[in-house]
Amino acid sequence: MNRRLSRWSIEAIAVLASVVIFWVPLYFVILTAMKDPQEASLMNLDWPSSFQLWSNIKEVVAARDYMLLRAFWNSSLMTVLSLVLMIVFCSMAAFVMQRRNDKATPWISFFVLSGLIIPPSIVPTIWVLDELNLFKTLTGIVLVEVALGMPFCVLLYRGFMATIPREIDEAAVVDGYGGYRLFFTIIFPLLKPVTATVVVTQAVFIFNDFTNPLYFFPGSKNATVQLTLYNFTSQFVSQWNLLFTDILLITIPPLLLFIFFNKRLVAGMTSGSVKG
Amino acid sequence: MSKIFKRIYTYQFLLPAAIVYLVIFVVPTGLSFFFSLTRWTLSDWELIGFDNFVTFFKEPSLSIGFRNTFIFAAVTCLAKVAGGLLLGVFLTSKIRSRNYLRSIVFFPTLVSTIAVGIVFSMMMHPTTGLLNTTLAWLGFEGPDWLGDTRIALLSVAFVDVWRGIGFATVIYIAGILAIPAEYSEALQIDGGNAWNKFWSIIVPLSRPATNSVIILSFIGGLRSFDLIWAMTRGGPGFATDVIASIIYKQYQGGFYGLATAGNVILFIFVTALVFPLSRYLNRTEVDL
Amino acid sequence: MRQTRPWLASAASAALIAGLLAGCGGNNDSNEENTASPSASTSPSASESPSASASPSASEKPKENVTITLLTDNTQDGVAGAKALIEAFEAIHPNIKIEHETRPQGSEGDNFVKTRLATGDMNDVFFYNSGSLMQALNPEQNLMDLSNEPFEANILDSFKPTVTFGGKQYGAPVGSTMGGGWFYSKKIYSDLGLTVPKTWSELMANNDKIKEAGLTPIIGSYKETWTSQLIVLADYYNVQAAAPNFAADYTANKAKYATTPAALRSFEKLEETVGYYNKDLLATTYDAGLKMLAESKGAHYPMLTFAVPAIVQNSPDLIDDIGFFAQPGDSADSNGLTVWMPGAAYIYKNTKHAEEAKLFVNFIASVEGVTALSKVSKPSGPYVVKGAQLPDDTPQVVKDMLPYYDNNQTAPALEFLSPIKGPSLEQITVEVGSGKRKAASAAELYDQDVKKQAQQLGLDGW
Repeated sequence: MNRRLSRWSIEAIAVLASVVIFWVPLYFVILTAMKDPQEASLMNLDWPSSFQLWSNIKEVVAARDYMLLRAFWNSSLMTVLSLVLMIVFCSMAAFVMQRRNDKATPWISFFVLSGLIIPPSIVPTIWVLDELNLFKTLTGIVLVEVALGMPFCVLLYRGFMATIPREIDEAAVVDGYGGYRLFFTIIFPLLKPVTATVVVTQAVFIFNDFTNPLYFFPGSKNATVQLTLYNFTSQFVSQWNLLFTDILLITIPPLLLFIFFNKRLVAGMTSGSVKG
Repeated sequence: MSKIFKRIYTYQFLLPAAIVYLVIFVVPTGLSFFFSLTRWTLSDWELIGFDNFVTFFKEPSLSIGFRNTFIFAAVTCLAKVAGGLLLGVFLTSKIRSRNYLRSIVFFPTLVSTIAVGIVFSMMMHPTTGLLNTTLAWLGFEGPDWLGDTRIALLSVAFVDVWRGIGFATVIYIAGILAIPAEYSEALQIDGGNAWNKFWSIIVPLSRPATNSVIILSFIGGLRSFDLIWAMTRGGPGFATDVIASIIYKQYQGGFYGLATAGNVILFIFVTALVFPLSRYLNRTEVDL
Repeated sequence: MRQTRPWLASAASAALIAGLLAGCGGNNDSNEENTASPSASTSPSASESPSASASPSASEKPKENVTITLLTDNTQDGVAGAKALIEAFEAIHPNIKIEHETRPQGSEGDNFVKTRLATGDMNDVFFYNSGSLMQALNPEQNLMDLSNEPFEANILDSFKPTVTFGGKQYGAPVGSTMGGGWFYSKKIYSDLGLTVPKTWSELMANNDKIKEAGLTPIIGSYKETWTSQLIVLADYYNVQAAAPNFAADYTANKAKYATTPAALRSFEKLEETVGYYNKDLLATTYDAGLKMLAESKGAHYPMLTFAVPAIVQNSPDLIDDIGFFAQPGDSADSNGLTVWMPGAAYIYKNTKHAEEAKLFVNFIASVEGVTALSKVSKPSGPYVVKGAQLPDDTPQVVKDMLPYYDNNQTAPALEFLSPIKGPSLEQITVEVGSGKRKAASAAELYDQDVKKQAQQLGLDGW
């Protein structure tokens, strides 16, 4: 009895703490997004005297010739394209890396691990992209996101691949399957849980990425949602309500994604990164 | 391996990934060694030997930068390991609010770093910020979280932990769930309590998760830039400068060669810390 | 200053202002004429533009529709000013459409501009600082030579050196000049019976009295670090008065901040202000600082006069509560104002629409252009375009600057006299102003920083 009580009170404290630690900042953002500039500048949790959320949204969306809409389009496109390439490329690479074991294997692992550790060198990357005429293009930024996200995804896939028995491959080969048919019709569908993990973690990462678009995808036509935040910081310098409205709006897509994929996340992680 | 499997597991599978990776990551990294020795305007370069490195090492904030980078990485990493482990244990136990808590802890990971930085620097405002007005209401005088050079870095580290702990927790949840139930059953038969279970089963057997969290968050901490930049821009003065922000400032100044030299230094610094660490962790890992 | 507010900039010498106030108005060359400027004088890239090379004068053949792009910073003033200029220009030249793009301000903006130039996709026309920052753009390679453009005749000579590189002029002024000095609250001054200080010690005595009265003597807004440099930079008039050759010696690596007493004094003055600031100095933004000033919540705010339009916009009723004086020196005999030149409009050398870009730039530097701009962006000081007058509704705080111009008591800021400015000055001044570093050590550190920049620019003698 005593034990149950203490367990119950620990849980109550945890829930209470979660409210203070995680809900208050969120509440603060939502509240500020509903205020007028004057009240927003007070930075407090007072209830707004009048609700401005809708007019704030309208003002933020219309700012800079509807930059935010363009940014949502760019960010979505960038995220989806990067994800598709990353999933296909990384799962293919991980398949061979996990299944094969010869002289080249340690070297390949070394290269992948280095990618996880080494900070990307920005100026030379700009230079290379520029030489390839990819600087400031959607293709360019997608390739950058794919290349920089690759080590993590390859490790996730490789870890999960280890849980798929080789007997499946052998059976398929006996049935006359070639490498590509084996991979795309049998192995790839089995990777679903880890693919879900990749989708959630990388989609959120790419959608929220600020530094790479800043460097490799500049220009107001190219704006991504994170760059609107950055652009609006100086423009709305005394209008915290608008800045917070922007924060609120750009947090919605990752949130939806998370709600959708929430349950699969842990499953994919289990055999993925842990054993990587 | 038989010949047929060599054909099945053909290296063609590696090709698309390898090309992108080589061109966008490996080649620029290789080039950075060359360009770090130049005075460089992107269109034009002039070899100047190791001058950039000499200049970079003379950079007044660099010693602070090295120290801050290490402190920031170590503090956030430890906090994420400890916090992630405790939350992981708690969130795999039989509690009613489990799903709610799992989701809410993971939630900050979804919000962009810049947004988090903006929100928290407002909440940490010394006089009107939420944190200090609350403290004042409770009768305390709160510090200047981001203005006091002694605690500014820790304040940013706190926000980084706030944002990143969800990810560490998920890894731990996965790791703890992967521990076979026989172990705790055996322990129960031996009459062990929850405390014994934590120390003699969960801690050692979630070691792979611990290693992942340590490596990922330590590397992340060493390379960390956007949160620090969004919250303090390396200030006040040079108090929260890390190597990455010093590099960025050289880049802003248009000193591309110098910035690239900084990149090489960061590369060496990170590698020198992470490779031994990862080797050590792998060697001491307990096999299930 | 790294903060870019191109149309709100400042004048260099009194000669300039004398000429300006005299206002010779005979410069209404029609803009049509500008197109006739021979294409021979333009860059090799003109050949890339078939329409330009096909006919000697664009005005003779049926005008085809052309779109050119303009890059400005993203401040409210920046965006509004650019829009006003574009609107007025498009009304005169209906065949030319100008697309407006923005970039960040401050050092991130510097980087943005440099990267664009280096990678070859700069906009046709862009606004950027004059002075040392412009020198760092590698003008010969990146910018179009505008020395022979008609507008050059309408520009005061003192502006020209700030956009000159290797004997050629590359930019047209955008906006007015501005002064760097101390805003003060007239309300607090009259409440406490203070008078405008003529020496540094008088100023500090005022600060003491204000502090005793329980008010904030000086507003600091170090959250935006660039604002911390003002006391050091605005002291240049006094440096020059005591060490006339400082700028040249400094550029030639012969004079240092740490070893030139007059220059070191700038850092010492900053150090003396420690303890007089608002408590939340490090968390206060520029905008909040302006608000404090307007509402007399602080007595002084060391700032550039480009702040005036922002105050007018945010607190129109309170603008007359604010006055302005130059940063005083140690002697009342040498009291004068450090001034900033306007930023400039530049044409990208490899533009495909050189003729149209030149038309636009000529328009910007004409009286019509200045008038269009002044409607949305209040001047922060006199203009450098001949014949352009300060509008009648210019606030008194800007007019407070005129006596310095009239009495020949102005000096350009150091960044217009020397290409050298260390990138870390703003961090160093934050440290000094918040009491974390002493003046002498700061000056030494800054000298090191300067050395780095000079070496990276590849200057002789470093």
